[in-house]
Amino acid sequence: MQRLRSAAAALFGGGTGTVFALLIVILAGIFAMNPGFFEGPSLMAFLKQAAPLVILAAGQYFVIVSGNFDLSVGALVGAQVVIAARLIDGEESRTVPVLLVMLAFGLTVGLVNGLITTVLKVQSFITTLGMLLVLYGAIRLWTGGAPTGALSEAFRKVGRHGIDDVPLVGQIPWALLVMLAVGAGAILLMRTRFGRIVMATGDNDLAAALSGARVATVRTAAFVLSGLSATIAGVLIGGFAGVSAQVGEGLEFTVITEVVLGGVALGGGRGTALAAMAGALAIEALFTLFNQMALPATLRPTVQGAIIIAAVAYAARQRTRPAAVTAPATVSPS
Amino acid sequence: MTATAALTMRGIDKAFHGIPVLSSVDLTVEQGEVHALVGENGAGKSTLMKILAGVHTADAGTIELGGRAVSFTHPVQAQNAGIATVFQEFNLLPELSVAENVHLGREPRRGGRIDRRAMADRTAQVLADLGVEDLAPTAKVGSLSVAHQQITEIAKALSQGADLICMDEPTAALADAEVALLYRLVERLRERGVSVLYVSHRLREIFDLCDRITILKDGRLVDSVDTADITPDELVTKMVGRRIEAQFPERLPGTETGDVRLRITAGGNDYVDGIDLDVHAGEIVGLAGLQGSGRTEIAEAVFGITPFTRGSIAVDGRPVRITRPRKAIASGIALVTEDRKAQGLALHQSVRANARMVLDANRSVHSRQRLARIRGILSSLDLVSRGDDQEVQFLSGGNQQKVVVAKWLAAEPGVIVLDEPTRGIDVGAKHKLYSVIRSLAADGLAVLLIASELIEVIGLADRIVVLHDGRIAGELPSGATEQDVMAYATGRRTA
Repeated sequence: MQRLRSAAAALFGGGTGTVFALLIVILAGIFAMNPGFFEGPSLMAFLKQAAPLVILAAGQYFVIVSGNFDLSVGALVGAQVVIAARLIDGEESRTVPVLLVMLAFGLTVGLVNGLITTVLKVQSFITTLGMLLVLYGAIRLWTGGAPTGALSEAFRKVGRHGIDDVPLVGQIPWALLVMLAVGAGAILLMRTRFGRIVMATGDNDLAAALSGARVATVRTAAFVLSGLSATIAGVLIGGFAGVSAQVGEGLEFTVITEVVLGGVALGGGRGTALAAMAGALAIEALFTLFNQMALPATLRPTVQGAIIIAAVAYAARQRTRPAAVTAPATVSPS
Repeated sequence: MTATAALTMRGIDKAFHGIPVLSSVDLTVEQGEVHALVGENGAGKSTLMKILAGVHTADAGTIELGGRAVSFTHPVQAQNAGIATVFQEFNLLPELSVAENVHLGREPRRGGRIDRRAMADRTAQVLADLGVEDLAPTAKVGSLSVAHQQITEIAKALSQGADLICMDEPTAALADAEVALLYRLVERLRERGVSVLYVSHRLREIFDLCDRITILKDGRLVDSVDTADITPDELVTKMVGRRIEAQFPERLPGTETGDVRLRITAGGNDYVDGIDLDVHAGEIVGLAGLQGSGRTEIAEAVFGITPFTRGSIAVDGRPVRITRPRKAIASGIALVTEDRKAQGLALHQSVRANARMVLDANRSVHSRQRLARIRGILSSLDLVSRGDDQEVQFLSGGNQQKVVVAKWLAAEPGVIVLDEPTRGIDVGAKHKLYSVIRSLAADGLAVLLIASELIEVIGLADRIVVLHDGRIAGELPSGATEQDVMAYATGRRTA
């Protein structure tokens, strides 16, 4: 009973747990509209589509929890897809070398974001907004407006295909497996010394630095992780949706909305990686629900805007409420 | 007793989220009386003061001002009724002048425009009434010392016609010389018939300044007494509800002064110069001096925050170059910083996360064995919490400080520097920390203790190094008097 009550408090009492309750409510809504959604194949299709966003949410989580923003991820995803198409140009044999180039590019963008923010002390909001514009502009310049080239079949496989003929679900998408791996990696990373210091840095960077933490290094590493996640997401999105000049546009705001909905406080130091990724699933499920209710897709930005404001306002309210400082305490056992 | 009291509170109850913080508390402050409100952290002092200030509204009970019943739901109502509160964090606009702050929202006008001359004149008058001569009404508040900002707050209160001024730990951020100024100010207020409700942990001030004392414990009224009728020991007993033996624990048996663990030779930077200092294993060296004399600066140099640019440091005989805190930690040095909330703790993280922060952040000291010992360290400090998962922001000041100490002890340092370790914490926690400091010395650590309360340095240190103006002015053995220390600290005597 006690456990049930504390579980209920965690789900509905605000904070990080609320996003799971929200996810359950949205899924229940979808079920009410269309019970068929929960049959294997359509559920897998949903997860395949949501996977890149969950992966981006994991990357963004590290940046936000360390006390920064990464607005450049959407442009980075777009750049990665365009680079892949242009460099592979339909040649199967180039797949692996180009993937390595993309990896290097993604990590470099993250590193540059990190160094500009920590060494030059430019606010990350400005750093990554600048990076977003630089990447968009560079892509337009390079491609002359319309992306050229084509992805190889091997490249597209990860985003499109999966393990076939699995009983019950039909196909398990590779994207889902990648998502689970990235998700598990993010959760495990937060349990390491590095993860703990990321969290402490986001909460109070001065206290962390005076405890010996390398605050600049840790924050830069968070940006590099975000660059890595954008690269992986780029591979999935390119494979799934193909090449266009619009790939990735607006993803940064979607992802930040999702992470914030997961209860991860802007400014850092609060929230879990799992909840951030659950926030991504919740938003993707919400838009699936909208589809089923036949609401226009053009509503999406408006809803996203409303959610991010509401989520931050809710978090602010939680924090300004007077805390029960004199709650019963126990002396720790000696 | 005069006919009507300035303030009478009766049967005040207040609960947050169903948890009672105050239960039927009574408080009477006479006109022109300086009344101390004391109690350990969590006793309910702040809540009672915030009810008076209109920040919180009492759940039950009555408040009378000069015999008139009042009730506040907003701070402005309290202000209009003649109650002013000087919180620890001042409510001033740093970009405006003293006069502008004093008259904020009530600027004298002439022909629709602010009459700056009248504003300056009136401010000068209030300051003169307070006996303050060295504060210009035109000075920008942001450039003032803490003491002068506090005076500005008090002047603002007076110019608003306050009959009762509540002061929350008014000396917490003041240097010794500034405390004397505050004393005079409080005397002036008393002479003018203004009542003062004085919240403080410092027994000395309470006995120096206050006419009566009201003691709270766990949200209940323990007693209201005339200061003349109680001794400091009796007061402490009433506050903590148990008798605390001699205020400072004796040096523990078996404490041996060993080899030099920390040696500073001719250390200097922009703030201090010519610092020669040895701290031996098992020794507690106190650093005394006025605010700005270089106490904290030495701590920050030893720990690599603002390193020495001249001279050298050796730990356990090995010369070390300490350019960053990370290097200090790797050399076995720990620093319990002055401001635990800003510099010591990640407030939204758990007790456990904070206690292991130093181990997590430094490969040089990280080990499984040390992680495993953290729980034992917290227990040995008598940490009171709802568990190691509790966020440290919800702990009392004393318990927060214990978490800071624990995170450093986890790294098993050879040298520990404690900068104002007992600032703003309750008597029980203070006493516990004193014992901890003694046992650190007994374990063979070199302890460097900085405290602005001289009595602490005198009561704990085996040797007292007194600073004046960035230099060592003199050294005193344990058992020195406050007069001895002050003679060096004020530059009246030099070594």
